[in-house]
Amino acid sequence: MSSGEIWIAILVAAGVSLLVRALPLTLIRRPIKSRFIRSFLFYVPYVTLAVMTFPAMIDAAAHPGAGIAALAAGTVAAWFGAGLFPVALITCAVEFLTGLIRF
Amino acid sequence: MRLNRDYTRRMILKGLRDGLPIGLGYFAVAFSLGITARGAGVSPLQGWVASILNHASAGEYALYALIGAHAAVWEIAAVIFVTNMRYLLMSAALSQKMSNRAGFLRRLGTGFSITDEIFGLAVAHPGTVSCTYLWTAFLLADLMWAAGTLCGILAGNVLPANVVTALSVAIYGMFLAIIIPPARKSRILAGLILASFACSFALGRLLPSLSEGMRTILLTVVLSGAAAVLFPLKDETEGGTKE
Repeated sequence: MSSGEIWIAILVAAGVSLLVRALPLTLIRRPIKSRFIRSFLFYVPYVTLAVMTFPAMIDAAAHPGAGIAALAAGTVAAWFGAGLFPVALITCAVEFLTGLIRF
Repeated sequence: MRLNRDYTRRMILKGLRDGLPIGLGYFAVAFSLGITARGAGVSPLQGWVASILNHASAGEYALYALIGAHAAVWEIAAVIFVTNMRYLLMSAALSQKMSNRAGFLRRLGTGFSITDEIFGLAVAHPGTVSCTYLWTAFLLADLMWAAGTLCGILAGNVLPANVVTALSVAIYGMFLAIIIPPARKSRILAGLILASFACSFALGRLLPSLSEGMRTILLTVVLSGAAAVLFPLKDETEGGTKE
């Protein structure tokens, strides 16, 4: 692509991203009464983040063993209350070290 | 008045404190994203602007891959829409945590700031979310995200491949840090997360042609819907707060 075409692609992507992010927030103006919808929206982030984590995390690692080790280490660290950055650091370190092991 | 200023200052400090670890994780992930962008012929300035405006890992990966593949503009718009569709749900969830007095610009700004992690912060913040807090955390994290992309494009070949691979799992570590602690307190959430893992794995194997973005949307709608039917929230707690 030429530089101009890349700029257009970037701006189109930015416009679509903003639309997707801001539309519900600007349109839904009052508390949702429906118990079903409230419950649904409460569960959404957990399912979304979980689905994005597994098995993508395993695929991103050097080999599946390293991915599983990093997933386990991160889960244990988060379970015992480690924050965002410590957990991220632990998963990176475990992936790096177990990734060195070749079968 | 004075009380108000103190509150604002506290929210800014809290935003910086929570935004920094997110930003550090972002830097690492965006760095590997920058390597992809460089391969697609994206310039450092273009990568920086794209990251400031899009700030979405999956969406930006898709964007750079499509630029590399010389895709049509409408294709790019469609793919970005699908990969970012989960933000529609997050945005709807956040609408329940906004103050009634929040006007159009405040809502637009909050919408713009939605990322998986910033959304996580908003969910973890009790009661109505403070826009000052959210925007401070977002600005810091977004600047570090863009800086990471920039550095990745400039210096992508400097780091050894296994270090880049290790850095690329950072984002998943952050996801775990958001979803696991509440799961410890609620068996329903723990079960739901395990079910999500299992279904995501199974669907990936059964329908490999389904894109990751579509899989995320499909499973989010189905599993959250099932959970809402089986385990509806008990009382009048707001969308994001719990117990």
